[in-house]
Amino acid sequence: MPGAATRERFEQAVLPHLDAAYNLARWLTRNEHDAQDVTQESFLRAFRFFDGYQGGNMRAWLLTIVRNTCYTWLHQNRPADSSVEFDEEIHSGESPGGADPELQVLASADKETVHRALEELPEIFREVLVLREMEGMSYKEIADVASVSIGTVMSRLARARTRLRQSLGAALGKES
Amino acid sequence: MSCKLTQRFVPGYLDGELDLSRTIEMETHLQVCAECARELERQQALRAALERGSLAYAAPEALRERIQSSLRAAAPAAAPERAGGWHGFPFLRPLLFLRWAGAFAVLALCAVVAWQLVPGLRGPSNDQQLAAEVLTSHVRSLEANHLMDVASTDQHTVKPWFDGKLDFSPPVEDLASDGFPLVGGRLDYLDGRQVGALVYQRRKHFINVFVWPDAAGSSSTQTIQPQQGYNMLRWSRGGFQFWAASDVNAQDLADFVRILEARTAPESK
Repeated sequence: MPGAATRERFEQAVLPHLDAAYNLARWLTRNEHDAQDVTQESFLRAFRFFDGYQGGNMRAWLLTIVRNTCYTWLHQNRPADSSVEFDEEIHSGESPGGADPELQVLASADKETVHRALEELPEIFREVLVLREMEGMSYKEIADVASVSIGTVMSRLARARTRLRQSLGAALGKES
Repeated sequence: MSCKLTQRFVPGYLDGELDLSRTIEMETHLQVCAECARELERQQALRAALERGSLAYAAPEALRERIQSSLRAAAPAAAPERAGGWHGFPFLRPLLFLRWAGAFAVLALCAVVAWQLVPGLRGPSNDQQLAAEVLTSHVRSLEANHLMDVASTDQHTVKPWFDGKLDFSPPVEDLASDGFPLVGGRLDYLDGRQVGALVYQRRKHFINVFVWPDAAGSSSTQTIQPQQGYNMLRWSRGGFQFWAASDVNAQDLADFVRILEARTAPESK
């Protein structure tokens, strides 16, 4: 373990990203207590690796560790959850002409519905949306965090958005 | 009917991931292509719905304290790990070589990181390429009538404008009292990342200053060979890398950079 001087440096550099770390863990575990445990574990791991960190994008570096810790945790604790259909086709219900009904659905979506729809997405789609829409990360940064290519980030993001739109449409269509 | 640009470029446009010329192309295209315009509108509506939901969680204060105390337990203030360590467990001594393995791994990692981060190690081509990119951005900013996204002579307007648009906060200084008034700022794209561009004026001339975090953290100034009548300077200070490009004469640009360096150095940390 690194010493006290390193700890101070670590706290200054890494603690400012606590909210981003917790947010990702919270969305991936979908549970407050688990998110806290995973975040704490991630910070301890990050501290252990901190001497090897040589500058660069601190937030992306930390979120990579958080993400890996989350997945390890998910595999151990909720193995049933982590199955994802990778080869899913996109069906976009095109309805040509006139006012755009989908646009109206999106404009009327309330907080709870959006929250639920996002929570129900498979993890790999949820995480790209969290990183892109909440953390404002670039494709390159997301690619680094998720250890995939930029092309994969783009296709996952496209599919995540399509699925979110579809499930919002389904949820709000049922209500009215 | 089906526009092949929709799938390919609308998301990139939405996310600000297209390069400048593709962005301009897309803006023109969106005015004539109903399909792309509608898709963009839907994507923006989805983004707005996510924003309305204010979905980001903030870490509870108790978690911060928990983490700090667990770090303290892992690395106590007196750093006693050296004193106790191996003497208490002589049978672990054979494992000492692991330290060397660790040190070697760190060294190897440093070498890789240095190779990635220090342009000098990869030969001159990287710098030349970057200089060409800077020059193109400078020329294009004057040509495409896209010099500024935020027009203001007030550094306290320009600096906050970058918030949320960049993943760092660029140092912004008005040098009006030195004859180089700040006139605005904009986002640009250099070296494969989003950078801040600050626009200064010298009489009828404009100076573009591009700034982004400098991973190498060095402190240096370097004159770039003038190209096509434009002077360029690059420097690193306080964790940022700066490039200035302008058609003002070399002496003026050097003065400008000297003043700006003096202003940005002390308070950028």
